Amino acid sequence: MILDSKIPDGPIAEKWDNHRFSSKLVNPANKRKYKIIVVGSGLAGGAAAATLGELGYNVDCFCYQDSPRRAHSIAAQGGINAAKNYQNDGDSIHRLFYDTVKGGDFRSREANVHRLAQISVNIIDQCVSQGVPFAREYGGLLANRSFGGAQVSRTFYARGQTGQQLLLGAYSALSRQIAAGQVTMHTRHEMLDMVVVGGHAKGIITRNLANGETKAWTADAVLLCTGGYGNAYYLSTNAVGCNVTAAFRAYRHGAGFANPCYTQIHPTCIPVSGDHQSKLTLMSESLRNDGRVWVPREALDCGKFPNDIPESERDYYLERKYPSFGNLAPRDISSRSAKEACDDGRGVGQGGRGVYLDFADAISRLGESTIRERYGNLFQMYERITGENAYKRPMRIYPAIHYTMGGLWVDYNLMTTVPGCFALGEANFSDHGANRLGASALMQGLSDGYFVIPYTVGNYLANTGAGALSPDAPEVKEALEGVRERVDQLTSTKGTRSSRSYHKELGQIMWDFAGMARNEKGLKKAIGDIQDLRGDFHKNLLVTGSNETLNAELERAGRVRDFLEFGELLCRDALERKESCGGHFREEYQTAEGEATRDDENFAHAAVWEYKGKDKTPDRHKEQLNFDNVKLAVRSYK
Amino acid sequence: MNLTLKVWRQSGPEDKGRFESHEIEDVSEDSSFLEMMDQLNELLLSKGIEPVSFDHDCREGICGMCSLNINGFAHGPEDSTTTCQLHMRKFEDGDVITIEPFRARAFPVVRDLIVDRSSFDKIIQAGGYISARTGSAPDGNALPIPKADSDKAMDAAACIGCGACVASCKNASAMLFTSAKAGHLNLLPQGKAEKDKRVVDMVSAMDNAGFGNCRNYGECSAACPKDISLDFIAKLNRDHAKAKLKKLFS
Repeated sequence: MILDSKIPDGPIAEKWDNHRFSSKLVNPANKRKYKIIVVGSGLAGGAAAATLGELGYNVDCFCYQDSPRRAHSIAAQGGINAAKNYQNDGDSIHRLFYDTVKGGDFRSREANVHRLAQISVNIIDQCVSQGVPFAREYGGLLANRSFGGAQVSRTFYARGQTGQQLLLGAYSALSRQIAAGQVTMHTRHEMLDMVVVGGHAKGIITRNLANGETKAWTADAVLLCTGGYGNAYYLSTNAVGCNVTAAFRAYRHGAGFANPCYTQIHPTCIPVSGDHQSKLTLMSESLRNDGRVWVPREALDCGKFPNDIPESERDYYLERKYPSFGNLAPRDISSRSAKEACDDGRGVGQGGRGVYLDFADAISRLGESTIRERYGNLFQMYERITGENAYKRPMRIYPAIHYTMGGLWVDYNLMTTVPGCFALGEANFSDHGANRLGASALMQGLSDGYFVIPYTVGNYLANTGAGALSPDAPEVKEALEGVRERVDQLTSTKGTRSSRSYHKELGQIMWDFAGMARNEKGLKKAIGDIQDLRGDFHKNLLVTGSNETLNAELERAGRVRDFLEFGELLCRDALERKESCGGHFREEYQTAEGEATRDDENFAHAAVWEYKGKDKTPDRHKEQLNFDNVKLAVRSYK
Repeated sequence: MNLTLKVWRQSGPEDKGRFESHEIEDVSEDSSFLEMMDQLNELLLSKGIEPVSFDHDCREGICGMCSLNINGFAHGPEDSTTTCQLHMRKFEDGDVITIEPFRARAFPVVRDLIVDRSSFDKIIQAGGYISARTGSAPDGNALPIPKADSDKAMDAAACIGCGACVASCKNASAMLFTSAKAGHLNLLPQGKAEKDKRVVDMVSAMDNAGFGNCRNYGECSAACPKDISLDFIAKLNRDHAKAKLKKLFS
C-alpha cells in the first residue's frame, strides 16, 4: 500500500491556494457528463451533494433514514469553531490551526488542519447566508462563546442545537438541488458494498430498506460521508442506526483504515440505568463551568443520599488532582479520573458506574434562577431520562463513547487509497489526530463538503475523464450477486440468538478492554473474545422475516456483522500503538502520577491498516507525520 | 412493571392492518418507550414472531425520526416530548397501552408503525431554502440582524419535522410544519428576496401532497414536541395573502 499524502509544496499558509490553482478543472458544459455518488446526508454528505449539484455534476445521494434531514450531525449541541476573530481577542487562522494540532495530541496532518482553519471563516459566512439563525448580540452581530482547549472565544452557536441548524442549512441547499433535478435523493437506502473496477471506485450496491431490493449504482466517483464507528461499543452517544458498514466495505476493497483506536470518550453523559439501555445521552460539557465533580471519600457512603454526605466526606477528585484546571480538565483526563474513582469502588448510582456533578454551590452562590437560565433545557432533559431533579440533588454522570477520530485514510484531496473513493467528515481520519476539540466536528464536516471536495473531486475527474460503467457490466453484476449472497446468509442461519444480543456482547468487550484505559493483556483477550463471538454469530444468529420487506432485524444483523470484524481491527491498532496519546490511553505508558506518555520517536505516525483477506492479519503501514509549523510539546493540566 | 400492548400491525401499504395484543413483563421504569419496544421485539423474536417495525434513530429527541401514536396522543401523553424521550415511569404497572402509527392521508403506512413522511421533504423542495450558492456569501457580520428577529427565527427553526402536528390534527393539516419552515426563513433579511415565491410555492406543495386545511384548532401546537407556536401559522397566512395580492396587482 502506497501512502502518498500529496501535501502541496510551499509554506503552510499557501498550500491550499497553490493546490487549487494547480488542480485541473472540469469545463462547466462537461460537468453534467460526470456522475457522482454521495453516501450519507449529514453535514459532510449534505454539503457535498448540494455543492456538487450546484456546480452541475449529476449527483445521486443516499441515506438510510427516511429523510436526509435526520443524519446524526443533527444532534451536535455546542457549536462550530471559526477563526473570525470577531471578538478581537487574539484569534487567527494560525491560532486555530495550532490549537487543533495541539488538542489532537500531535497526531494529525499539519497541512490538512491548516486548510481547515483557513476555510472555517467561509463556513460561517455560507451558513449565515443560508439562514442559519446563529446566536446574536443585541447590536445584531454574531455572538461567540468559549470552548475547551482554546483561550479565545471563537465558537458560533444556535442555542443548544447548533448541529441541527447547520444540518438544516445543508439540507435546504440539498433540497434546492433535488428540486432542480441536479441531485437524486435515495432515502431508506443503505450502502452494502462498493464496486471497484480496475482499481477505481466505480459504484455502490445498496439495499432499499423499505422493500429489500438490492441494486447497483454506477458513477465516476464515490464519496463516503458515513460518519464514525462509535457504535462498535453498542452504547454510545451516536444514533442507533450509525454504523461502520460503508467504510468497512471500502476497507475490504483496499482502502486503508487509519488509527481505528482513536476514540473519544465524553466525560459528561447520563449513566447506564440498566440492561434495557439502547443508547447514551450527552449532557453538554458546558455544565462543568458551574458543576463540581465528586464521589464519596469512602466506598461505604456510596449508597447514601448524596445531600446527606457531609463536605468532609466528599472527594472532589478533579479539583484535588488538577488544581489549575479543576472541573474543566480536558475530556480524556476527566473521563479517566471518573473511571478510576469507580474502579476504586466509590462510584454512585446503578452498578456503581457514576460520579456526582453537583450544582449546590453554584445555586447558593448565583441563585436557582441563574442556573435555570443557563442550563434549564439540560436539567429538563436530565429529569426526563432519570426522573431526578438536579436542582435538588446532584446529577449523576459517567463517560461514554462520543466520537471517533480514526477513519478511512485520505490524502490531501480526501481520496482514500482506492482511487475515485473519497471519505469526508467523521468517516476520514485526517484533521483531529488522537483527540478532537469541542466544536470542531461540525467545522470539519462542512469544510470537507462545501469547500474542499468540489475542488479535489474535480481534479480527479478531469484527469480520469467521464465514463460511468453500465450497471450491466460483469463486475457490477458480480458485486451485486455477492451482496445478495451475504444478505441471504443472514436470514438463512436460523439460529437462536438475536443480532442485538451479539451487538451488546461485543460492546461490553470493547468497553472493558478497548475503552478508557487499555493494556496489552486486555487487548489480546478482546481480540480472542471477538473472534469467538464472531464464530458463534455465523452459526447461531437468528433473523426473522424475509429480505423482500422492510426488516429492521436484518438491517441490524448486517451492521453487527461488520462491527464484529471491525472491533477486532480497532483492538489490533490499540495493541500496536505502544504509547498513550489523546483518546488512546495505554496503562503501560504513563508517568508515575498517571499521566499519558506519548512516544514521538516511534509513534509520530498514522497507522494505516490494509485488508489482506478473510481471517488473515491485516498489514500495518505508516504515514510519518511531520511537524514543521508546530513544536511538539507535552500537554499538562496540573 | 407488566404491561399489555395493543400494537398496530400492517405488513405493507396494501394490507388492511389490525391490532395485535402482547403481554410484556419486567419492564424497567427507567427505560424509554422505545427501549420498551426493543424489549417487546426481543420477546417476539424469541417466540419466532416477526418484530414490530418502528422508526427511530438519534433517541435524544432531535432527529425527528421517531413517531408513534400512544394512547391516542402523538408522541404519547407527556408534553413537549418525543417518543424516544418518553420514559416508562410515566406509566403504571398493569396498564394497557395502545400503539398506532401517525395517521394521515399524506403519511401512508410503510409497515407496522412506520409511515412515509416524504411529503414534508417535497414541501421543503418547493421553496424551503434560501438560494445561496456555495462560496457566494458576504461576511457573516456584513448584515446585522436584530437579536429579537434572530431569536424568533430560531423558535421556528427548532422544528424537527416529525409530523406530530399532522398526526394530531383532525384535518391532518401540515400548516404548523410549513409555517415554521417558511417563518424561519421569512423572518430573516437573507430570506426576504424569495419570500413571496417561497410561501406560495410551499403552500401549494403542501396542498398537492394531500394534507387537509387548517381550522385553527391548535392541536398541532399542543402536540408539538418542540412547542412551535401557532403564531407562525398566522404569519404564514398573512405572508401568503400578501404574496397573492401583490401578484394580483402586479
